[in-house]
Amino acid sequence: MNLEDWYRQDRLPHIYCAGCGNGTILNCTLRAVEELDYKKEETTFISGIGCSSRAAGYTSSDSLHTTHGRALAFATGLKLVKPRQHVIVFTGDGDCSAIGGNHFIHACRRNIDITVICMNNNIYGMTGGQGSPCTPYGAISTTTPYGMQEQPFDLCKVAEAAGANYVARWTSFHVKELTEAIRVGLETPGLSFIEVMTQCPTSFGSKNKMRQVTQMLDMFRDNAVLKAKADRDAAKGILPSPEKFVVGQFVRRNNPPLGVEAAK
Amino acid sequence: MTMEIMEGSIAIAETVRLCRPQVISAYPITPQTHIVEGLASIVADGRLDAEYICVESEFSALSACIGASAAGSRVYSATTSQGLALMAEVVFNSAGMRLPIVMGIANRAISAPLSIWNDQQDSIMMRDSGWIQLYAEDNQEAIDMHILAYKVCEDHNILLPAFVCFDGFILSHVYEPIDLPSQELVDSFLGPFNPYQKLDAKDPISFGMYATPEYYLEFRYEHDQAVKRAADAIKKYGKEFGEIFGRDYSELVVGYKLEDAETAIVAMGSICGTVKDAIDEMRAEGKKVGLLNLRCFRPFPSTDVAKALAHVNTIAVLDKNVSLGAKGAVAIEIKEACYGSNIPVYDYILGLGGRDVRKRDIKKIVELAEKGEGDMFYGLREEVL
Ligand SMILES: Cc1ncc(C[n+]2csc(CCOP(=O)(O)OP(=O)(O)O)c2C)c(N)n1
Ligand code: SF4
Ligand SMILES: [Mg+2]
Repeated sequence: MNLEDWYRQDRLPHIYCAGCGNGTILNCTLRAVEELDYKKEETTFISGIGCSSRAAGYTSSDSLHTTHGRALAFATGLKLVKPRQHVIVFTGDGDCSAIGGNHFIHACRRNIDITVICMNNNIYGMTGGQGSPCTPYGAISTTTPYGMQEQPFDLCKVAEAAGANYVARWTSFHVKELTEAIRVGLETPGLSFIEVMTQCPTSFGSKNKMRQVTQMLDMFRDNAVLKAKADRDAAKGILPSPEKFVVGQFVRRNNPPLGVEAAK
Repeated sequence: MTMEIMEGSIAIAETVRLCRPQVISAYPITPQTHIVEGLASIVADGRLDAEYICVESEFSALSACIGASAAGSRVYSATTSQGLALMAEVVFNSAGMRLPIVMGIANRAISAPLSIWNDQQDSIMMRDSGWIQLYAEDNQEAIDMHILAYKVCEDHNILLPAFVCFDGFILSHVYEPIDLPSQELVDSFLGPFNPYQKLDAKDPISFGMYATPEYYLEFRYEHDQAVKRAADAIKKYGKEFGEIFGRDYSELVVGYKLEDAETAIVAMGSICGTVKDAIDEMRAEGKKVGLLNLRCFRPFPSTDVAKALAHVNTIAVLDKNVSLGAKGAVAIEIKEACYGSNIPVYDYILGLGGRDVRKRDIKKIVELAEKGEGDMFYGLREEVL
């Protein structure tokens, strides 16, 4: 199979806005799947509701488009019945951490053997740009017209603390690193959580002084600090500047997973 | 009176502002989003002294409303479809606690399959929850019903929550001329919230406790009685509303060319506008057709319906919902209301998931009803079945 075969051609063209980062992330995911030589019949994509969650519908293998926030609960059921199946969940910052936040922490705690790709555009993109639990402090959204006054989640820290075996963060700018992280995540037993910072030019960039798609990509490139560098700075007592964020692999461990078929 | 052209959702947000809720808590969902975005801006701009809570789900939205209402404040939320479904537990809970919460419902179909378009399955699914359900034909009614709902709900003889239902997109996103009342008039009609009881550490009470089998039945009875009493309260305050604002809501069912009608159409919500236009054309052709617009579905005004329809030969009910395996929810009620009258009641399930209903569909339905053909899904595309 090649990459194109993983796309459900009759669903294309997709509904994403011009410049949306979601397509890049879908591409990276399918490339990782292709590199691992997964078979279509062994692979299921599951998603909730949101622009990010539309991704599952564009893949040519089985997919389950569930209700808003519940993808991980549906995925848990599927994985326990079909432990050999590669289960990949597409979710958004809202889907994963707002309405689905409880499923998120419990899926990590159970360490269920699935791979979760969270497209974090810092906003509820699909419904027109309302503030989400990942909207940065001070950022403008349609429900925070003078700036968000609540602190955002650090999804990777939540996943790590809750028990996920593999946790990494990259951005839609870091295509090679992201593809590699997804590949490692897919190969790691237990829950793999990959957060991808991505651009929603329509509902986030336009309101937050990044009208051009390239401005958001530049921002990802300039503000992403590699985990190793962040650790070195921390050891030296250097405080990170608030606009920076850390990318890389945060944890890869071998705690007992759920949903892995016992060796016979 | 000054008329202004406004989007339905914005008119509703501005009206909610006039009702002075102290807490607004909502989660965005199409096609309700413009209402909550409007309210978020109104609060942020300091045009309403309220807390706007950006909750993480509809379940939290109504839960926060319950807390705020129990603590003695006037509250507002709005949702639709999946959001309402997710709220289900607290929809029943808030009604059982007899909290006068008002919630706007921008009616939308229910998943699966996923649909963001209009029908009325969402609010109908909450038929048995003990909330009042009002249905607006146009945006003026949608805003008026918000004000009226607070008045009715907060009456110490009623103490119930209410849905104000308006068709998603068809009303929520449509620009219409609106008479937005003045703050003085709304204040004079509503007054400040005067809770019957509230959480107060100096005089502690508890909400939502266990009712043992010796008490539960009586709680449900009292709740049912309150919903039934709400019919008269809506009429009374609807009349008062008319005297103050110039638009009368003293009737729960409104007839259109019904007095001498041989065939009556019964419908709820914005479809009534289309029906009226179709009736005008049918009347011009000499057909005696009329409409009964149901403004209130809970409490169900059975006696009013039976009276209004007593003289007709045929009744055609338009249901934008279906109780799968039975009939449309409105038809079930109409049959019950007309029990013993021998007037045939035909049900037409139509417009689900945003399927357009046009004047010619209404005419076709009248023809079907007059031929005795009904109790069907109307407008099926046979080629895709
Ligand atoms: C129960 C429920 N509430 C609300 C919605 C409306 N809704 C659809 S997508 C969405 C937000 C999606 O945000 P996110 O998960 O960040 O995805 P994005 O569109 O940003 O990729 C919301 C609130 C819904 N579909 N179901
Ligand atoms: S609204 Fe934002 S997230 Fe959704 S498709 Fe458009 S750019 Fe992408
Ligand atoms: Mg998002």
